Amino acid sequence: MTTITTASRIPIDGPVETPWKLPYRGNVGMACLIIAESAIFIIFVVAYIYYIGKSLSGPTPAQVLELPIFGTICLLSSSIFVHFAVNNLRKDNLRGCTLNLAATVLLGTIFLATTAQEWYHLIHDEGLTIKTNLFGTTYYSLVGLHATHVVVGLIMLSLTLGLSLTGHVKEEHSEKLEVLSLYWHFVDAVWVVVFLVVYVIGR
Amino acid sequence: MTTTPVLEAIDETLETQGRPPLNVIYEWLTTVDHKKIGLMYIVYALIFLVIAGFEAILMRIQLAIPNNHFVSPQVFNQLFTMHGTTMVFFMGMPILFGMGNYLVPLMIGARDMAFPRLNAFSFWISAFAGLLLYFSYIGGSGLYAAGSAPDVGWFAYAPLTSKVFSPGHSTDYWTLAVFLSGVGSIGTALNIVTTILCMRCKGMKMSRMPLLPWLYLVMSGLVFVAVSPLTAAQIMLTLDRYLGAHFFDTQAGGSAILWMHFFWIFGHPEVYVLVLPAFAFANEIIPVFSRKAMFGYPAMVAASVSIGFISLSVWAHHMFTAGLGPAGNTFFVFATMVISVPTGIKIFNWLATIWGGKIIFAVPMMFMIAFLFQFLIAGLTGIMLSAAPFNWQLSASYFVVAHFHYVLVGAIVFSLFSAFYFWYPKVTGRMMSETLGKWHFWLFLIGFHLTFDFMHVPGILGMPRRIYTYEAGRGWDTLNFIVGVGAIFQAAGTLVLVYNMIHSYYKGKEAGHDPWDAWTLEWSVPSPPPSYNFAIEPTVSSRRPLWDIKHPEDPDADYE
Repeated sequence: MTTITTASRIPIDGPVETPWKLPYRGNVGMACLIIAESAIFIIFVVAYIYYIGKSLSGPTPAQVLELPIFGTICLLSSSIFVHFAVNNLRKDNLRGCTLNLAATVLLGTIFLATTAQEWYHLIHDEGLTIKTNLFGTTYYSLVGLHATHVVVGLIMLSLTLGLSLTGHVKEEHSEKLEVLSLYWHFVDAVWVVVFLVVYVIGR
Repeated sequence: MTTTPVLEAIDETLETQGRPPLNVIYEWLTTVDHKKIGLMYIVYALIFLVIAGFEAILMRIQLAIPNNHFVSPQVFNQLFTMHGTTMVFFMGMPILFGMGNYLVPLMIGARDMAFPRLNAFSFWISAFAGLLLYFSYIGGSGLYAAGSAPDVGWFAYAPLTSKVFSPGHSTDYWTLAVFLSGVGSIGTALNIVTTILCMRCKGMKMSRMPLLPWLYLVMSGLVFVAVSPLTAAQIMLTLDRYLGAHFFDTQAGGSAILWMHFFWIFGHPEVYVLVLPAFAFANEIIPVFSRKAMFGYPAMVAASVSIGFISLSVWAHHMFTAGLGPAGNTFFVFATMVISVPTGIKIFNWLATIWGGKIIFAVPMMFMIAFLFQFLIAGLTGIMLSAAPFNWQLSASYFVVAHFHYVLVGAIVFSLFSAFYFWYPKVTGRMMSETLGKWHFWLFLIGFHLTFDFMHVPGILGMPRRIYTYEAGRGWDTLNFIVGVGAIFQAAGTLVLVYNMIHSYYKGKEAGHDPWDAWTLEWSVPSPPPSYNFAIEPTVSSRRPLWDIKHPEDPDADYE
């Protein structure tokens, strides 16, 4: 048998399938992250559902929870704006991109503020903390996990907004902005699940 | 065709820079090269292999004779906790990720991983997690009181981990270490998937990819859905311990069974996370030493993918004795038994590859043949344990310990050793000594069978796992002594391996590009590969590109 002894056989030539196109690694990486994060959320959601109605003491969700309709509308609509931002950047409409990014950050911040207000109300007026009962334990951990993701998303979006205000975001970055928008869509989609489980089924 | 002037310049820079030792260390600490990170993973895993192996030896000394007082009960608890945790999280996963890191880009014709800096981050966070776990020996309870390692078992069942039963911080060290290692694993898995999907060289369709990247793809997919639940469970446990939450607090209505579910939703797929790379090595090594193409490539891919899916639905077979009820038990009995179908396909395909081949009994192939037999036996005891009534009798006995060590050592470690001998020439440019390799093989093989064949029997005779000593006259004494002797043989074999690796690095025979006359892309580059891997990114037109070059009269592409 022949043995290759030098590097001279590189490149290995052959008929090339044209065009040879592979997916963009940012999107694939984000998809992987979303799968892993979904698994984490599923575990917290399962724990929440498993412990519905199993608290040994009050307060119960029906007594203290109110539907956060306003915050939900803000968060879900922010997804549309981040989508517009990507589209605008793709068409090289930098101004439109900046405006839409600003709207996304604003709406996300409003959502976060409503969550903060809700927690303040629960802790100070109702005396519900993570220690109180199983409802408190599962509620704060699940909603808190989601809020953590909102905070991370807001930090990244604000950085992008800052860069775009200083004129550093260009059309060629649209793929990267799309990766960020995927994360933001994911955070919104998770909220739909959390909303249904905590505020609809759980009550 | 030689390298281009630009790449020669890169070569020169790499040659001249970093000659003083401090610079060399700096270069390794800051590297983002997938090969260096892979090697660092392997070295760190080998260090933990020696540590965890030492813990195993201590346990076997303690159990070698009845009524032994070599270690105290508490130290024994710490030993089996640290042994299990270290072997799974700081030896098994890192060493397999290290091999994947090194081999995957080379085999798919890429110059590096998709996210090189994430790769370095994942390595360093895993390494830090390992150090954190062992730091508990000095920093666990109170201020640097020695000997306070975690003692809750690697499964950390609730309520053992509650503040009441586990005061101090040893459990927190365990939780944090496992959590951080999970973060590292998810990062590396993400990197491997993205590399495989987005960085393949021209012409390498998924259907032409070598089986090793394929299996790493499935394994990484499993990491997302298996390790993430563990990460979530660690967050919950930390909330319980630090903020007074009640997830696993039975006094407040919490459930200890829920922890078991969460843990085994990770714990069972984890076995496949570890064993799929072992299959991957077999898929590359067995064909080369049988001088035949892999039999049934599509079936192998399909079997691997289905193992990935089925493994997610079997976790509760670790909980047959927890009282899930007949419906739950029946489902998990069947789901578990179904896994034997794709694994059977794999074993038969390996046999069919060997069948009629010109078998070369080099050290890698010897390990592979042992792997085949031992994996078969491990599978058979697995089928026994998957039957719920049988499991009720032998749950938490040494039979179970023997079974899973048959998988973890008999299959995974043997396959890993084979991979060491097979790819060592590529990594270092020198061959490993065959004589020492045979010493290693026979010592380890004899030791393995002395230990784990005989370990089944005290299990059947009723010896529970995790006991620190036992009374004489139950028929366990001689068996346990033999098991202990086997452990020493295995340790001796491993030391021969380590000596062989170091010795061959300096004195080994020059390997050249392709010492085994193999077929995949990594053998087309110099040994060790330059930091950019491929001078010019290759183009492939079949599953065995090097075969096509060596045998232009009989190209692979005609058969696809």
